[in-house]
Amino acid sequence: MSEFPQPLAGIAAPLHVERLADNVDTDAIIPSREMRSTGRTGLADGLFAPWRYRNADARESNPDFVLNRPEYCNAQILVAGRNFGCGSSREHAVWALAEYGFRAVLAESFAPIFRGNCIRNFILPVALPREVLESLAAEAVEIDLAAQVVLHQGQAYRFEIDAEAKRMLAEGLDAIDLTLTQGNAIDEWTRADRIERPWIYLEPVQ
Amino acid sequence: MAKTLFEKIWDTHAVADTAGGSTLIAIDRIFLHERTGAAALARMAEKGRKVRDPARVFAVMDHIVDTRLGRGDGTLMPGGEGFITETRAACRLADITLFDVNDRDQGIVHVISPEQGVVLPGCTLVAPDSHTCTQGAFGALAWGIGSSEAEHAMVTGTLRLERPKTIRVRFDGPLAKGVTPKDMILALIARHGAGGGAGHVVEFAGEAVRALDMEGRMTLCNMTTEFSAMSGMIAPDEKTFGYLAGRPYAPATFDEPYWASLRSDEGARFDREIAIDAGSIAPMVSWGTSPEHTIAITDAVPEGPKRAHDYIGLVAGTALKGTPIDAAFIGSCTNSRISDLRRAAAILKDRHISPEIRKALVVPGSLGVKRQAESEGLDAIFEAAGFEWRMSGCSLCFYAGGEGFPEGSRVISSTNRNFEGRQGPGIRTHIASPETVAASAIAGAIADPREYAREEPPA
Repeated sequence: MSEFPQPLAGIAAPLHVERLADNVDTDAIIPSREMRSTGRTGLADGLFAPWRYRNADARESNPDFVLNRPEYCNAQILVAGRNFGCGSSREHAVWALAEYGFRAVLAESFAPIFRGNCIRNFILPVALPREVLESLAAEAVEIDLAAQVVLHQGQAYRFEIDAEAKRMLAEGLDAIDLTLTQGNAIDEWTRADRIERPWIYLEPVQ
Repeated sequence: MAKTLFEKIWDTHAVADTAGGSTLIAIDRIFLHERTGAAALARMAEKGRKVRDPARVFAVMDHIVDTRLGRGDGTLMPGGEGFITETRAACRLADITLFDVNDRDQGIVHVISPEQGVVLPGCTLVAPDSHTCTQGAFGALAWGIGSSEAEHAMVTGTLRLERPKTIRVRFDGPLAKGVTPKDMILALIARHGAGGGAGHVVEFAGEAVRALDMEGRMTLCNMTTEFSAMSGMIAPDEKTFGYLAGRPYAPATFDEPYWASLRSDEGARFDREIAIDAGSIAPMVSWGTSPEHTIAITDAVPEGPKRAHDYIGLVAGTALKGTPIDAAFIGSCTNSRISDLRRAAAILKDRHISPEIRKALVVPGSLGVKRQAESEGLDAIFEAAGFEWRMSGCSLCFYAGGEGFPEGSRVISSTNRNFEGRQGPGIRTHIASPETVAASAIAGAIADPREYAREEPPA
């Protein structure tokens, strides 16, 4: 996985039930039983398993599920309702979305752990009002991260993203490498903290 | 300037600003478990990255471990053993303290961290587990993260954070009789939505919160992730310090001025305030597929999303009370501590679960809780009532592909998530307090625990 493509254009696959689904949880995105190894790969097949398959064990496809329809087979943009990605912190949910090919999720709001996991994996979480999302569902849209807009039929819908997340996505930066550039500041802080809060430090394991 | 408890902890841990406008926050304690921790450690090994301070990183086996008596590394979940053996090997290589499968102190991460005194008031604690917010009960800033963030915390000793906003949730007045901390948090989520706390850290306050013991406070904070808050926290007091003092990883005393300073100052400003009349809360039970689909036991199912009604098989207008159930579960990081087991056992004593119940489990939160319960004879009460008595672990809070409930079961569960399929494909979950689980198991249908209450449980 690398930096966020600029711009990203494609069909916005709507995660519909009778309306854009609210509170889509990470158990639905990737059930625990689909996380079969300690690795980060081999997860795309289990993405949305409870909805995507009529029988998940037999991998019998559910033709009614949005991602099984031909028009969405290469979708890179997903649209859903509020509080997307709630529940378990499992980063496997984001790894599964990424491996499947999604690069952006448009939703009314995001659960915080899921949102953080998206940024670390260069998937763009875009929060937009419900009426805008409904107008984008099943439409061809373009996402311009630099300008922070979603473009659709001549309309530009601005979205908010903090400067740091934007830069990390746009440049494909590794957060750990970036933080280690401030290693001296961390070392200095830790030296002072050892004096200030000695009780917080523990003896190394023997 | 008057500061909130959150602001004090944030300021104490602010290492530096980043170029992008976030803050490097120092992380004091890190927990891993075999489900998501192994992935973090494997990636670090791959990249040649080392744990900065292994003495402050701990790992547990709780998510996948079998809970049947006589267990080893083997699991009913296909491939589960690999998570256990890989985590063990990775912890050994990294010099991380591991609470292993059959160690004396094994248990669910958010049960054993306080038991061992790993969490401390005023500390920052993270784990790749959403229910890490449980430990905010001790006045810590404790929150769940992903595996990548766990790597970041282990390698750098920090996390890059945007400063969250704050909400104070006050539960005013005392709780009504027969109402529990589980009912408090479910009431908050039912009233303010499963996304109601997004972007915020919650501080719980008010008479009903101060009155809770530490285990009750943990239950209350546990489900702030179901409110989409970053964390929940409660200012430490004598109960907090008394609980932790002298535990294996905690100081012997809490007499530094720092400990006494851990409270929101008079006049400190929160971004939002929510006040709930504690006395207005009744025992709560979920009816649908999100924790916000929760009502008082005496209420009828409201109109909700069609899919939730279809999945759970209850139409609007149905009374929840009296809905037949097939299975019962007492356990999880929400409600598996000794006080939870005592209260459930008090209801089950000299009674038997309904013959309609096809599976009923009690899974203690730690082997320490299990030993304590056995020394009080609680295991005998549960077994005589028809519950299975298990080893400690997360067990059937979620279905991992191994042990499950009988097909098509409707389950009354002391856990935290009633998501579609959470406890197995097609399994319908109703979350509630341990008392409600016990009462419902006896009735064979969702029941009001107040109708089954007897004398106070032994102290």
